[in-house]
Amino acid sequence: METITSIKPLLAVLVSLSAVPILVTSNRIPNVREAWTFVAAVVKFLIVVSMLPTVLNGIEIVYTVAEVIPGLAIKFRVDALGMLFALVSSSLWIITSAYSIGYMRGLKEHSQTRYFCYFAVCLSATIGVAFSANLLTLYLFYEILSLATYPLVTHHQDPEARKSGRKYLLYIVGGSIGLALPAMLISYNLAGTLEFAKQGFLPGTASSSLLVVVLIMFIFGFAKAAIMPFHSWLPAAMVAPTPVSALLHAVAVVKVGVFSIVRVLTGVFGTDLLVSFDFGGIIITICCVTILLGSLIALSQDGLKRLLAFSTIAQLSYIVLGIGLLSPKGLTGGMLHIAMHAFGKITLFFCAGAIFVATGKKNISEMIGIGRRMPVTMGAFFIAALSITGVPPCGGFWSKWYLLLGSLEADQMAVVVVLLGSSFLNACYFMPIVYKAFFCKPEDALFENKVQEAPAFCVVPLVITAVISVVFLFFPEPFLKLATMTVSSIMG
Amino acid sequence: MSSAQFPILLVAVPLLSAFILNIAGWFNKKYCLPIVIVALVGSVYASFGTLFTVLEEGTIRYRLGAWLPPFGIEYVVDHLNGLVLCIVSSVGLITAIYSKRSVEQELPEKVPQFYTLYILLVTGLLGITVTGDAFNLYVLLEIAALTAYALLAVGEDRAVLSSFHYVIMGTIGACFYLLGVGFLYIKTGSLNMIDLHGLLPELFGSNVIVVGFAMIMIGVWVKMAFFPLHGWLPNAYTYAPSATSCLVAPLMTKVSVYVMIRIMFSVFSPEFTFEVLAFRHIIVWLAVAAIIAGSLLALVQTDFKKMLTYVVVAEVGYMAGGVWLANTAAITGAILHILNDALMTLCLFMTAGIIVYKTKGHQFEHLKGLYRTMPFTMTAFTVGVLSMMGVPPTCGFFSKWYLILGAIRAEHWVFMGALLFSSLVNAVLFFRIIEIAFFEPFTDHHAHGHDHQPEPIDEAPLSMVVPLWIVAAALVIVGMYTSGIVTKVIQFAIPEGIV
Repeated sequence: METITSIKPLLAVLVSLSAVPILVTSNRIPNVREAWTFVAAVVKFLIVVSMLPTVLNGIEIVYTVAEVIPGLAIKFRVDALGMLFALVSSSLWIITSAYSIGYMRGLKEHSQTRYFCYFAVCLSATIGVAFSANLLTLYLFYEILSLATYPLVTHHQDPEARKSGRKYLLYIVGGSIGLALPAMLISYNLAGTLEFAKQGFLPGTASSSLLVVVLIMFIFGFAKAAIMPFHSWLPAAMVAPTPVSALLHAVAVVKVGVFSIVRVLTGVFGTDLLVSFDFGGIIITICCVTILLGSLIALSQDGLKRLLAFSTIAQLSYIVLGIGLLSPKGLTGGMLHIAMHAFGKITLFFCAGAIFVATGKKNISEMIGIGRRMPVTMGAFFIAALSITGVPPCGGFWSKWYLLLGSLEADQMAVVVVLLGSSFLNACYFMPIVYKAFFCKPEDALFENKVQEAPAFCVVPLVITAVISVVFLFFPEPFLKLATMTVSSIMG
Repeated sequence: MSSAQFPILLVAVPLLSAFILNIAGWFNKKYCLPIVIVALVGSVYASFGTLFTVLEEGTIRYRLGAWLPPFGIEYVVDHLNGLVLCIVSSVGLITAIYSKRSVEQELPEKVPQFYTLYILLVTGLLGITVTGDAFNLYVLLEIAALTAYALLAVGEDRAVLSSFHYVIMGTIGACFYLLGVGFLYIKTGSLNMIDLHGLLPELFGSNVIVVGFAMIMIGVWVKMAFFPLHGWLPNAYTYAPSATSCLVAPLMTKVSVYVMIRIMFSVFSPEFTFEVLAFRHIIVWLAVAAIIAGSLLALVQTDFKKMLTYVVVAEVGYMAGGVWLANTAAITGAILHILNDALMTLCLFMTAGIIVYKTKGHQFEHLKGLYRTMPFTMTAFTVGVLSMMGVPPTCGFFSKWYLILGAIRAEHWVFMGALLFSSLVNAVLFFRIIEIAFFEPFTDHHAHGHDHQPEPIDEAPLSMVVPLWIVAAALVIVGMYTSGIVTKVIQFAIPEGIV
């Protein structure tokens, strides 16, 4: 694999971090502050995009920041998989910034400067995880992200936020320090390196019984992936303002968890090792349980954001499941789902937030007839729900399609059943919301005529993400290209 | 000034300045602090000069008054104590700058006395570190201890009693040490460490030597508050004046850990401590107990400063366990932790001092709303917390990294578990503090029963916040330079013969 050295990955990480002092100093003038957020978001996106052609040509970009432990450096490597994730999160940050303005000002939230600052820190950490060249760098940014999200989750500073914040840290930090850190050190002790390799660095270092323990420690230790039973922080984190739930708890944070697991499975263990020790079955089982249970619990939720959270828990496991299938199509589907799910789920969260801004309602049972008052929002909701369910005309179709092909390729008929069953459950919990929003008797509608769409800063972003979800059906590139490139570099 | 004289200057300058300071204090107590700072700047300069000389030229042996060892006293500086010297002098200097407002508020009548003892304490600690003579070490240990007793006792009401507790325990510890050294002297006729190192291997079978070693260890463990000999520490440090806590908490235990390493490897040898004696595993288990007990006891406190003192007890377990795991990674971790833990403890105790300065108390309830009222202090505090939890890139992560790696290499899973457990407990401990400071609104405790409006708390004075920020920044910078510190310094501090 050809590599070039460039400082761009570091810049991409630092852009949003360096925006923090500027945001703090422009505390008193909200418009200037938000302008700087946009500048940072756009610059970050442009830096990421500027690396895209190089990566698409099969060249990796490498940059070593510093050797912090002898033989172990903080180092970036931009490959196809990292680029896929970075593209998703940096592009959605721009849209979420716009949405944040509409949401935070619409609700007159306090401490908005703090909010935008920590958001910027989170994005730095997310891109850092995406571009990590070794496990140490990944862990570093993973932990920064864990802690930087805490003030966002607990933004309201009320007892409920405090309780949720506690739960959040317990799972996330408990997982990373208690499980992922020792797993990383055991791996380092076995292999003497932490550098991600095409076929992992663990093959040939230890017996399958030790490695299976390390594998499980990694899968559950990266608790941001919300794989059951380490999932219950995610519904609790819904106490955060909705833009936080949208970008962080549908895209950045949870995908960082999944991405870390994907990196560990492919770059630390290597697919050959997983095949030869037959670890795929363990991963598939864990994921299938989470998919089914997550979807089933989602069915019983009345809080819209909690429903979305459980839906996210189920959908995240699709990605890990794709890797666990250990077949080219399965891997492609899993990686593609990082992007497809992101655009769909962020739209759904945007809609939930828009409804809250416009009406103050959080529960599904209170949303009967809302489609008539907020047709744009609920239209976008419908499209995004289709995307999550995995039916055309939405991008979500692609990832589910590849996952199904992958499970057929791997001869896992049970997985096919789980995937189809889960799609059915998705439809079961999304479609009634949409149905009741539009099709109800006029006398049943709970909203008066004066209720109208949320501010444009809220509505435009969710329309954009919904449209992009549809566009992905026709133009799944560059994400499909990046996913297939990753798979071909792993599996030849 | 010739760099050849640095080893003596770094002790002599603060020692002599203590006399000048005492006299100057009679005239005007404003002269005290500048003298302390000037003397300590000299010490810091000489310490770093010595360390760099050691890095370039290897071990320095400085003969006092040109008397030849083993009869004369010798100062020996190698990579290990070169590093510790820099830690002691730097912490001393930065705490001195920080202490100005705090001492003025807490001890307005005793400024000259405080600073005289302060600089003598730093002198004692530097002397313990630099000396190459086992008996001279005892003398300096007592200088440090006696000044520390006095400095701790001038604190709050309960400080006298808790300091008395420390006097008794500390004296017992010193006696044990002295007895042990006496045993060695009877057998070998020497007190010089390098000389002893040459003479002892023939006598490793002797029970006198084994008992002497055990006595020295017990003495040192009392001084470093190694569980279950830690009883004196929490109260003594809690009720002490803020400035004393900031100086003593980071340094006393760490210097004692240094003494332990010095005795184990330089006076005796790794072969003796790890192979001839069979109690290596017992000590690691004691360290596990120290870590777990310290963490749990910290968890039940409702007093911020007292909680920190139990964290110190747990951290001593980290270092003791690391040294006694007897492999390169673990000992690297232990030595690195001397540096890192000194900085972290300093950061946290400085925060406690600022909180005491502003709210006049160190209970949890005094922390309410501080994120809003004292954002700069609390930001630096948060960095210290992250380091305690072991979050990269703060330095606490890297020493923990080596310690856990050492535990894995020794296949001591319980010690690894204890380290992880303590990290998680630290997370709970400090996030509880953060919750109180972040969620709960500020209340003034002195306003009850008074008509006047409570004075709003604002950010602490710059002379306190700036040193705090320097320490917080050091936590990250030292963390990022771990590679350099390990390959240039610590690597050479580990004796040969350790895997």
